[in-house]
Amino acid sequence: MTTDRTELALIAVAIAVAAAALFSPNWLVFTLTLALSTGMVVMGVVMLMRAGLVSFGQGLFYCLGGYAVGLGGRFLGITDALALIGLGVVTTVVVAMILGLLVTRYREIFFAMLSLAFSMILYGLLVKSHGLGSTDGFGVVDWTLFGMSSESNGSLMALMLAIALALAIALFLNRYFKSSVGLACEAIRENEVRVEYMGISRQQTLYINYVIAAAVGSVGGSMTALAAGHVDPTMAYWTISGEFVFIAILGGTGHVAAPFIAALIFTLVRTYAIELAPNAWQMILGIVLLLIILFLPKGIWSLFTRKKRAAS
Amino acid sequence: MKPSNRLQKTLLSTATSLALASVGMVGLAATAHAQDSFKVGFVTFLSGGASGPFGVPASQGAKVVVDAINSGSLPAPYDSKGVNGLNLEMVEVDEAGGPTKQVEEYRNLVERQKVNAVIGYISSGDCLAVGPVAEEMKTFTIAFDCGTSRMFEELKNPRYVFRTGLDAVADNVGAARYLADTRPDAVRIAGIQQNYAWGQDSWQDFTLAMEQLMPDAEIVNNQMPQIFQGSYSTEISALQTRRPEIVHSSMWGGDMESFVAQANARGLLAQATALLTTGESGLHRFDGQAPNGTIVGGRGPFGGFMPENDLSQWFNKAYEEKYGTPPSYPAAKAAQAILALKYAADNAGAEGVPSADQLAAALKGASFESVSGTVRMSLAGGHQALQPMLYGEYHFADGKGELRNVKSYPGDCVSAPDGYNAQQWIREGFPGSSCD
Repeated sequence: MTTDRTELALIAVAIAVAAAALFSPNWLVFTLTLALSTGMVVMGVVMLMRAGLVSFGQGLFYCLGGYAVGLGGRFLGITDALALIGLGVVTTVVVAMILGLLVTRYREIFFAMLSLAFSMILYGLLVKSHGLGSTDGFGVVDWTLFGMSSESNGSLMALMLAIALALAIALFLNRYFKSSVGLACEAIRENEVRVEYMGISRQQTLYINYVIAAAVGSVGGSMTALAAGHVDPTMAYWTISGEFVFIAILGGTGHVAAPFIAALIFTLVRTYAIELAPNAWQMILGIVLLLIILFLPKGIWSLFTRKKRAAS
Repeated sequence: MKPSNRLQKTLLSTATSLALASVGMVGLAATAHAQDSFKVGFVTFLSGGASGPFGVPASQGAKVVVDAINSGSLPAPYDSKGVNGLNLEMVEVDEAGGPTKQVEEYRNLVERQKVNAVIGYISSGDCLAVGPVAEEMKTFTIAFDCGTSRMFEELKNPRYVFRTGLDAVADNVGAARYLADTRPDAVRIAGIQQNYAWGQDSWQDFTLAMEQLMPDAEIVNNQMPQIFQGSYSTEISALQTRRPEIVHSSMWGGDMESFVAQANARGLLAQATALLTTGESGLHRFDGQAPNGTIVGGRGPFGGFMPENDLSQWFNKAYEEKYGTPPSYPAAKAAQAILALKYAADNAGAEGVPSADQLAAALKGASFESVSGTVRMSLAGGHQALQPMLYGEYHFADGKGELRNVKSYPGDCVSAPDGYNAQQWIREGFPGSSCD
């Protein structure tokens, strides 16, 4: 397969963002890093949504990725960022491969509740782990990237790493969505029985999809931990998972870039709402998001794909 | 690509770039802010379960002091107008949302809102997360309430981060000392804590201290309900079957008040005395729902435990005039942090706005006057306040709650000296402590 237009566009946008970041104020660099990390986790939610499943427990993998970074640095003495992220992915994939056997048998509300339950089990375990700081969590050690220490210019390094990872994930998923497994996921959403008649195992397809979504979520969690420098059990709490689902709906499932744009809009609206109305920021955030949902029911990405409606 | 579509895309990309550019402009606009005022970010819970009992009183306490600083109406030694002659401007931020978000908002405060200093943080997790960021960004920061003893264990050699309140170890060592002094014959001790870091840490420190101070006492039970659970009938039944004489609880705010009301109605508090490490925040709210003799603490000489001095008299009066109720301990702790800022700014020896380094140098190891008496910044290399810990009994008389049999333990008596892990210090029998 040759590089298609979407891929070129993604690469161009990534380079443009990276270049713009060099001239951005530091707070924007940090906010952008968090938005990209959130976007990665939301990608996982979108992957499941394309298969007709809504996960209210993606925080499980987000938290595993974060804690792998925290624990790997603290107890295993790993400081290389990529090794820490890799550790998170490996741990998450192992956990997802076990949980996937069970949860991919369920659909709709049962899948949502079961995924939520597993993430809350992790939350409960972490809250009871007094040695890991319980709800206070603990700090992430200073990390390195290709031998460069994060101490001097950590925020910019974290952003560059996040851009690179987000781009890699977006490129991979762009192809994945067009692959046989990716298309089979959409087919399962439309009609499971027919998919079985075509000789495709829906169980296997969903399982693969679930594990990849988990790995992507873990990378997002690891990036958040590296950027923020702190991990705590809230990462596995259900409200965080709910936020991911919300951002997924906000962006829509139309394109791999949608979750990242939605995450950025969500973060910026929230941070300005906090600044402008410290006592009523939740209300502003709620109203803005409600308006977006009302007027763009297919998500923000539908702005880019109005041509279909115009043509019909 | 159809022309209409291309137009759409051009429009969209223009709109997106404009939006991003405007974000940048807002950031730049803030830089142009005139430097005839000193801007402080004040971070506290304005929403969620901790806002009612802690966040809002703290914010109110801070506002009372900031207003008085700007009008120059504080008693000596703070009777000069402003901080180092500058108007003190306070911007508030909600602490809700967890450590990651607080790190983000901290960066926004410093870089977008261009604050000169940050005061805040009730949650220990937020303090732990924000500390290293404050050091990285070289911004003068005062933690006014969070109680984790890990703060300066994790943040080694701080330069810009200070804490003007005591940690939770002092609360629980003080509680054990008060029991040893006033209830030396108590044998059956139980506990009930919220199941999260605060409750777990508090119970650990309290039981360790009890092993040292009252070795004959027996820990008969400890209940760990969820935070914000609200209903405690199961836990109360479980406690009642163990017939405790003392029930230690680190629960705070609404949880603490609900537990006291329910335990009182169920008769648990007729057989046992409750020891509430944060009970002071209920002093003016129990309205007799807590039995007389209930032992309460205020996390140091705050709220109802404030000593009589010019500042505390002024603060009590000013706060009550404005908000209709006497200040509770979170309000007093917030006031203390603002006073620390004024002290640091006035003594920084700076022309105009003092830099973070000047502020830090002025507060490091200093002794300043506050609503809680003289505060000595003598722990953690001059970054952590050392203050006495007070406990007393709640009594309801003539329609008003008051404190009786108040005992004060000097700072050295309840806080570990530098270089000691707090739990290690308790296990070794409080080496270096002087309690007279």
